[in-house]
Amino acid sequence: MKTFPIGGVHPSENKLSCAKPIEVLPLPEVVNIPLAQHIGAPAVAKVAKGDKVVTGQLIAEAGSFMSANIHSPISGTVKSVDLVANGQGLRQPMITIERDGDEWAEGIDRTPTLVKECTLSAQDIIAKIKDAGIVGMGGATFPTHVKLSVPPGKKAEVLIINGVECEPYLTSDHRTMLERGEELVVGVTILMKALGVEKAVIGIENNKPDAIEHLKKLVAEYKGIKVQPLMVKYPQGGEKQLIAAVTGRQVPPPPALPIDVGAVVCNASTTVAVYEAVQKNKPLIERVVTVTGKGMKEPKNLLTRMGTPISTLLEAAGGLPEDAGKVINGGPMMGRAMCNLDSPVTKGCSGITVMSGRDAARRTATQCIKCAKCVSACPMGLEPYYLSKMTQKKGLEEVEAQMVTSCIECGSCQATCPAYLPLLDWIRLGKQTVMGIIRARAAAATPAPQK
Amino acid sequence: MKNLIIAPSPHVQTDRSTASIMRDVVIALLPALVVSTVVFGANVIFVTAVSILACVAFEYLIQRFIVRGPQTVGNWSAVVTGMLLAFNLPATIPWWIIVIGAFVAIGIAKMSFGGLGKNPFNPALVGRVFLLIAYPVQMASFPEVEGLDALSGATPLAAVKYGASVNIVGVQDLMLGNMPGSLGEVASLALLIGFVYLLWRKVITWHIPVTILVTMAAFAAIVGWANGAQGDLLWQLPLFHVLAGGALLGSIFMATDYSTSPMTIKGGIIFAVGIGVITMCIRLWGSYPEGMSFAILIMNSVVPLLNKYIKPKRFGVK
Repeated sequence: MKTFPIGGVHPSENKLSCAKPIEVLPLPEVVNIPLAQHIGAPAVAKVAKGDKVVTGQLIAEAGSFMSANIHSPISGTVKSVDLVANGQGLRQPMITIERDGDEWAEGIDRTPTLVKECTLSAQDIIAKIKDAGIVGMGGATFPTHVKLSVPPGKKAEVLIINGVECEPYLTSDHRTMLERGEELVVGVTILMKALGVEKAVIGIENNKPDAIEHLKKLVAEYKGIKVQPLMVKYPQGGEKQLIAAVTGRQVPPPPALPIDVGAVVCNASTTVAVYEAVQKNKPLIERVVTVTGKGMKEPKNLLTRMGTPISTLLEAAGGLPEDAGKVINGGPMMGRAMCNLDSPVTKGCSGITVMSGRDAARRTATQCIKCAKCVSACPMGLEPYYLSKMTQKKGLEEVEAQMVTSCIECGSCQATCPAYLPLLDWIRLGKQTVMGIIRARAAAATPAPQK
Repeated sequence: MKNLIIAPSPHVQTDRSTASIMRDVVIALLPALVVSTVVFGANVIFVTAVSILACVAFEYLIQRFIVRGPQTVGNWSAVVTGMLLAFNLPATIPWWIIVIGAFVAIGIAKMSFGGLGKNPFNPALVGRVFLLIAYPVQMASFPEVEGLDALSGATPLAAVKYGASVNIVGVQDLMLGNMPGSLGEVASLALLIGFVYLLWRKVITWHIPVTILVTMAAFAAIVGWANGAQGDLLWQLPLFHVLAGGALLGSIFMATDYSTSPMTIKGGIIFAVGIGVITMCIRLWGSYPEGMSFAILIMNSVVPLLNKYIKPKRFGVK
């Protein structure tokens, strides 16, 4: 069974909601749409207080090439364009819309009919994806049109669809692959065309045999698309790990990108969104969100409009349990803990994981016993204990020399540490500081613009 | 509004803890303790109990009155050190020598460096070597074992050192511990059961112990061959050196000590080859019959260097 070559851990899978079909969450009354919900420049608002908007209408435009459009997920009136608290309680610019009916923008095909044929050119496909505001929905929120625009001199050879979903608890990609497999496969053919590649591989971990079987049947009639079952190991859904697992090629350390080994990776749910954008003219205004946790009454997979308050989703899954200690936007390995449950669902929100108080609190850290479990767990072949220690001692040159910028922040080191040391907290600090130093060095090396 | 915990990811922690790992090492040492008690009698329990109590007491007192930090005896590491120290002593050793050994092990070799994880040398071995030098007579008088009159109280390694043939003890006796020696080193089979348990519980990996034993076996076979050994002797020599003395106890339980072994597998293999070679050199040409403790301590001193220069295989770097 294929997998990535270095490190990895096996956290308990806890896929509580894997057998729950996707449910449609009723339309929210009020939505908050952050202008920055993707990597890159924030979008620029195109509406003002009092404007009437319809579902699917462009309300904020990409701020640069590395940015993404944002569309209204409901129809109604813009209540404000102002600072609103996000999940971590920090205020950031959001467009607030109050719902009024359910009116859709023209040209959006809302019928379930499958449209297989796509006669658009690669350029037109990428333009449509850009218009629809599609970003990576696995959590990284990298604008998809940027990924598809292969820089000159580079060549894409293989498209890899990420159906790994290695985060414990989350099942939104799993359900999407099962219930929207046909659209997914058409999405794959569209992405192949956009990239000009002959080969596509859908990578799925072996703990989803139903999805593997289902997609294997569906791809049988297409040329060049293959389903690749993978051994269950975290963080296989990491871009570099997945490329290595599928192709055997290792992306060199930063600043190298997947395209340097001829690979482009796209998440399974994102691929369905690409299908909807290109074949149905539907922008990215809704997504499947897994609401889960051991204390939740009814773990669920909910098809949710963007901007819906997280609290509404929690209510739909039986409400926040009494003993809830932590609510995570995402899964327990890489998700972000939230303090503001009225914050909105965004494009990168694949799940809400609720942990009970007992599981939520970090245990008291003790002394490092040099067991080297972090070293063998690191999928990038780094030495987490050492990076963490050198960051504390402010030995930043050494931290840089020992390749801290390769860290993908997967958390395998910290999750495996029997001394409960906050390894990743320190490594993140070291990585951010070193990256700042590298940027400053590059800025100093480029001559100042002439006045 | 509920009070929710905010912390950066990851939000899961392992079920293992330092204490659970150390408890596993204690469990892995129990089969050898049982066999040793059968071979040498109830004295074994007495020696082990004194050693454990003394080690735990010294760590408790030093942490309480000198370091004044949070109490660390709960992590079971002092129990492991106590057991390992006892396993390196003859069953007839007087109790006060054990207490002195425990003080050197915990007080000098462990706590003075900052406690568990910071000590450069294996505490139990420092204790043993101190006693070996300070009390050579008591440390080298082993109780006789029935049915092995040929040895008359000498360990098989000592007998061989002074001219006996390696088939003075059969493989069966070596496996079951039917020979004079220190508490923990005699029962090869019991130690191997402990090894399998540690592998199963993922406390250690096979690399260090297996590399040490293979190096020793190869070394013994090559030197034997160069000295004109022929026939059965060519496999008896390496087998004897792997099963006799402290080879198994040292390679499974002491060379794999977390703080004093390298952080990478590659480094661990270099470390292990060094231990194997040094042990054999001392056994064959040195003045002591056994060299495992010295070999491990010497290679312990190389560990910081191995950690500095031997790096794990980095992702994406050819």
